[in-house]
Amino acid sequence: MDPKTYKFDTLSLHAGYMPSKNAGSRQVPIYQTTSYMFDDVDHAAALFNLERGGHIYSRISNPTVQVLEERVAALEGGTAALATASGMSAIFLTIMTLCNAGDHVVVSSQLYGGTVNLFRLTLPKFGIKATFVKPRDTEGFKKAIQENTKCIFGELVGNPGNELMNLPEISNIAHKAGIPVIIDSTYQTPYLFKPLEHGADFVVHSLTKWMAGHGSSMAGILVEGGKFDFLKTDKFPTMTEPYEGYHGLSFAEEFGPVAFTMKARAEGMRDMGPCLSPQNAWNVLQGIETLSVRMEKHCSNALKMVEYLSNHESVAWVSHASLKDNPDYELAKKLLPKGTGSMIAFGIKGGKEAGAAFIDNVKLASHLANVGDTRTLVIHPASATHSQMDEATLKLANMSHDMIRLSVGIEDIEDIINDFEDGFRAAKKPRLVSNK
Amino acid sequence: MKFKVNNKEVFASTGGRPFDKKKPLIIFIHGSGLSHITWVLQTRYFAFHGYSILAIDLPGHGYSEGPALESIEEQGKWISDVIDSVEMKEASLVGHSQGCLIVLECASQFPEKVKSIGLMGGAGAIPMNPELLDLAEKGDSKAVDLMMDWAHGPAGHFGGHPVPGLHHMNLGGSIVVNGSVKNALGVDFRACDNYKNGFEAAKKIKCPAINILGDRDRMCPVKAGKKLAENIENSEVEIIENCGHMILLEEAGKSLEILKKFIRKNHPV
Repeated sequence: MDPKTYKFDTLSLHAGYMPSKNAGSRQVPIYQTTSYMFDDVDHAAALFNLERGGHIYSRISNPTVQVLEERVAALEGGTAALATASGMSAIFLTIMTLCNAGDHVVVSSQLYGGTVNLFRLTLPKFGIKATFVKPRDTEGFKKAIQENTKCIFGELVGNPGNELMNLPEISNIAHKAGIPVIIDSTYQTPYLFKPLEHGADFVVHSLTKWMAGHGSSMAGILVEGGKFDFLKTDKFPTMTEPYEGYHGLSFAEEFGPVAFTMKARAEGMRDMGPCLSPQNAWNVLQGIETLSVRMEKHCSNALKMVEYLSNHESVAWVSHASLKDNPDYELAKKLLPKGTGSMIAFGIKGGKEAGAAFIDNVKLASHLANVGDTRTLVIHPASATHSQMDEATLKLANMSHDMIRLSVGIEDIEDIINDFEDGFRAAKKPRLVSNK
Repeated sequence: MKFKVNNKEVFASTGGRPFDKKKPLIIFIHGSGLSHITWVLQTRYFAFHGYSILAIDLPGHGYSEGPALESIEEQGKWISDVIDSVEMKEASLVGHSQGCLIVLECASQFPEKVKSIGLMGGAGAIPMNPELLDLAEKGDSKAVDLMMDWAHGPAGHFGGHPVPGLHHMNLGGSIVVNGSVKNALGVDFRACDNYKNGFEAAKKIKCPAINILGDRDRMCPVKAGKKLAENIENSEVEIIENCGHMILLEEAGKSLEILKKFIRKNHPV
């Protein structure tokens, strides 16, 4: 006897939406509206006071965005989700909901450059400080926890160096200290990895990347796991104590496994307002419908590229956890059995100058500041996505100046390889190329 | 709020307002393995509209001290003890699923304490599937998955939670898993399976009753709910379309409207 609940591929297409509640429309409608009619004064008051569910204003919630939220919650195995205008706003909203001035967070040192700067420069302006720990240094995460630490934050596979965090062990450390773990799972998508099944308490995504795939729309999301019990610790008074903003509501007491999302929406979207547009939510939904088939192709192409790069005379090193000599190989086999993802970092012989020549001479691969597009993308992080980081932070992130970040697309693999051959040929003659 | 019943600590949500003995009391009683969280879309409304609310965690559930009580009869008596413990004379009782059986027992054993009763997804008997019962008693989380599958109607399986962003089945499952599959859900399922006094208890109830049923309920189907209603003298039936067993969440708005009308009439402020 097994439950007849829908499986991943079915949920990718159907979760969060019922045509019968939407005039029979098979496709999710785009509710392009700012606001929603109340039945009467009593109904309006009840909605504003969280006495009943429903929509008030599209900054707080929107029916099209709601479909996306439920779909991602279903795919991640979460109790609730809250979509945002971008992945960065999802991270900011999560930290601002969890922390107060005077709090501290422990953060992996290998993160998207924007996230590093958020923790390094922006959050300290609000009195929230961070300690950075190298992703493989599990014991380092433990040592970095202080009395006022409120969470551990990281990316399972760090950007751009591809080093893995041992999430199950790091989660145990966090939970023993009474704090939650937040994982940015943009690189994996729930197709490859569900952080909530491996100890994480909250997941954030930039949906702009693999989840959408098409590279047309910005979007982010926060997903709650529902297992972190704020009432079992006195570390989070904003979750457990009466909140003046809703007539003395204790979010943890009233909403239990969805308390964090409820607070992030009721307080964060109300006061900060990084809402997702219904059009972009719809665009992302179109991408999620084909998530499984795209991820399969991304991963199979990535494995072929790893093999090609590893054997190429112009390549100094390749970082991808599928390689047997990679320090994360065994952990990746355990945590990422469906594939280690389509992000590859490699070093080009000839350093920064050769790297620049390579990037300027590939034609199929797009040189841009994004990852997870269906198209193959390349960038030189030290001069672009991570360029605002100082030398010390670059070193902590294990980033070298010869590093090229490759996001493998789903084009024909032969075409990608042929394109790279052109790039490598040019990289051997950087001076000649630059004279062109 | 936390208070003592029979010298054991009990947790109850008061719906976001302080408990006030001067206001009429409504006690909300959750279903098997669940907790007060399931009632949030009913309790806050009543709390902010003149009632004192206790959405209780049964012993051994949520934040209430254990162990779980092993029979529906004991649980019915325990609700009467809750009323005494908060120094009130009477209450309206609202139950969901197993909570309905508890309501039947309490209202039949202590008619002087029960002003009106609301039954959501109720039946006079809730026999358990032997395999499901066995899984729950062994603490196997598969029992939770099966329960969530059977308990939810189309909205639960596809989506469309009344509160934007919430996921029906994952939320429901997390309430049970965060508690105890073996010591709460397993004990509850056994108590339901053992309970044979539902219809006799129903016949003794004289206070106003409302039965709110979901037409897609696979755990306590409409037929079973109607049969129970026929055994309660002063009973109404409301059927919600396209709704499974988790009426209080799947159709939170509709069930609240029905309950509002019923309680305002039979237990006015």
